[in-house]
Amino acid sequence: MLKLLLAQGMLGLNNGVFYAMMSLGLAVIFGLLNVVNFAHGALYMLGAFVALILYSYVGLWFGMSGFHIGFWPALILTPIIVGGFGILIERFLLRWLYKFDPIYSLLLTFGVTLVLQGLFVNIFSASGTPYPGMPDALKGVVNLGFMMFPKFRLFAIVFSLIVCLIVWYVIERTKVGALLRAGTENPELVKAFGVNVPLMVTLTFGFGTGLAGLAGVLAAPIYSVSPLMGADLIIIIFAVVVIGGMGSIMGAVVSGIALGLIEGVTKVFYAPAANTVIFFLMVIVLLVRPSGLFGREG
Amino acid sequence: MTKPATSHQTLDEAGEFAESVPHEKLARSRAAQAVLWVVLIAAVLLAPAVLYPVFVMQLLCFALFACAFNLLIGFTGLLSFGHAAFFGGAAYICGHVVKVWGLPPLVGILAGGVFAAALGYVVGSLAIRRQGIYFAMITLALAQIVYFLALQLPFTGGENGLQGIPRGTLFGLFDLNDPLPMYYFVAAIFLAGFLIIYRTIHSPFGQVLQAIRENEPRARSLGYNVDRFKLIAFVLSASLAGVAGSTKAIVFQFASLTDAHWQMSGEVILMTLIGGMGTIFGPVVGSVVIITLQHYLADIGSWVQVVIGAIFIVSVLLFRRGVVGELARMLKISSV
Repeated sequence: MLKLLLAQGMLGLNNGVFYAMMSLGLAVIFGLLNVVNFAHGALYMLGAFVALILYSYVGLWFGMSGFHIGFWPALILTPIIVGGFGILIERFLLRWLYKFDPIYSLLLTFGVTLVLQGLFVNIFSASGTPYPGMPDALKGVVNLGFMMFPKFRLFAIVFSLIVCLIVWYVIERTKVGALLRAGTENPELVKAFGVNVPLMVTLTFGFGTGLAGLAGVLAAPIYSVSPLMGADLIIIIFAVVVIGGMGSIMGAVVSGIALGLIEGVTKVFYAPAANTVIFFLMVIVLLVRPSGLFGREG
Repeated sequence: MTKPATSHQTLDEAGEFAESVPHEKLARSRAAQAVLWVVLIAAVLLAPAVLYPVFVMQLLCFALFACAFNLLIGFTGLLSFGHAAFFGGAAYICGHVVKVWGLPPLVGILAGGVFAAALGYVVGSLAIRRQGIYFAMITLALAQIVYFLALQLPFTGGENGLQGIPRGTLFGLFDLNDPLPMYYFVAAIFLAGFLIIYRTIHSPFGQVLQAIRENEPRARSLGYNVDRFKLIAFVLSASLAGVAGSTKAIVFQFASLTDAHWQMSGEVILMTLIGGMGTIFGPVVGSVVIITLQHYLADIGSWVQVVIGAIFIVSVLLFRRGVVGELARMLKISSV
């Protein structure tokens, strides 16, 4: 029993770090732009597809069928590509809506989600494709004592945790982060100090969406790459964000990981509830502490 | 944390009707509205002579759904992203009551409406604990519970949905398997629901809802129990959405997962947005546009989703008032 619990806990932890990275990006974007990015799940899907395309298709496009861009370059390139796509969304679409109610940005990004999902369903069909580019170094399993755990998943957990930690450090402890937090509190004042706030906003959106892309690359070798892989994830992320409160970086990370763990452990006790346990926890949090566990909003 | 947008910028961004309305505008608006009512009723009554009745019935179900949704977004300022739970959930309840318990379709539809009202009470009480954008995220997450229940509970038929719901007879007199009695049954439900929404908006209760939409803190300071008003509006909207979903289940003899999925919640938002949030006739126009579009684009398969998404983006960027809202502005009449 304990072994089963630990095993499901590890798998849950794996999901949890993805939740953490996704809700982190969502929280950073919301903090500065006051925009809830519905397309976050679709951008995660885009990240997984970019990794797949880099490996399987780019070579073919240039007539070199044996040429692959593997996992390690993809780990760097994908967040840049997805983040760049995010920047285009911000520059050409979202920018026009800042002066209106934030629900319009939510609806706009919802439209972007439908377009992205629809396009990928048409090009790649709705069923999933496995990612063939898992690096040799991460193939196989490691013995954790209580279970044999896939090396790649262990790598994904450690790598994501490090990324979350770095993001936290940059935002809470560096000059750039201080500017960002100041922009969150009072954009007009920061502008008055000569900071290019619109540029900061664009880069922040690019950065947040880049994190979603990164989560997508890390997920590609674990789950099959499918156009709808982000569709239900985004709703879980919303619940995570409601539970944690979008006010704090640490809150997003901690609640993401904790909820992934809880979801994993629920599979042991009552598997059918695993899909919904996060939403029920959200209900409890709303009843007990409506502003979220780490929330600052009254 | 940036401050939430001040309330006069919300939703309709018109604000012009809050000002004192000049007399000629009022007279023009009344005339226009009388014309629209006549056109609507005539269209509903005569449509089956020109169009395929099942198609029009589908239109009417979605039009009622969108009007119910509009009561929240357009007149209370609440964006529910979980209305599919009421629409689709009620369809399952109605289907079960009619198919398994063998009760008449009208009872099934009422049962669906009551179920949706109860569900709306639960979801609404939880969601109004947070404001603005959080409200949308909470309703979305709660609706996802309903979706998973519809997928996993034993009586729903899982992925296949609830099939073969009999249409039965109305009051033991009219055989609803005949297209025309079925059509006028649906038309009566739609018109009744539409009238309820119209009267609600124009009642003192509806005025308070609009005050909450325009300026929530002010409505609160005037002594209104804002949360209570929001909750009542939510329950009313949910139950009418449930009636719409139940009726659709009787028409198509089928309750499906699609109707409970969040994509359906998005579709009803789009219908309302396209027609005009916060206008009386907008959601009807919007659902006609979207359902017709889906009907004619059915051949291009999954590209429909891309088209729908693109329409979403364009209307959010350029037509936030919607078709009816823009027309009303051009003709300088009130759209409420």
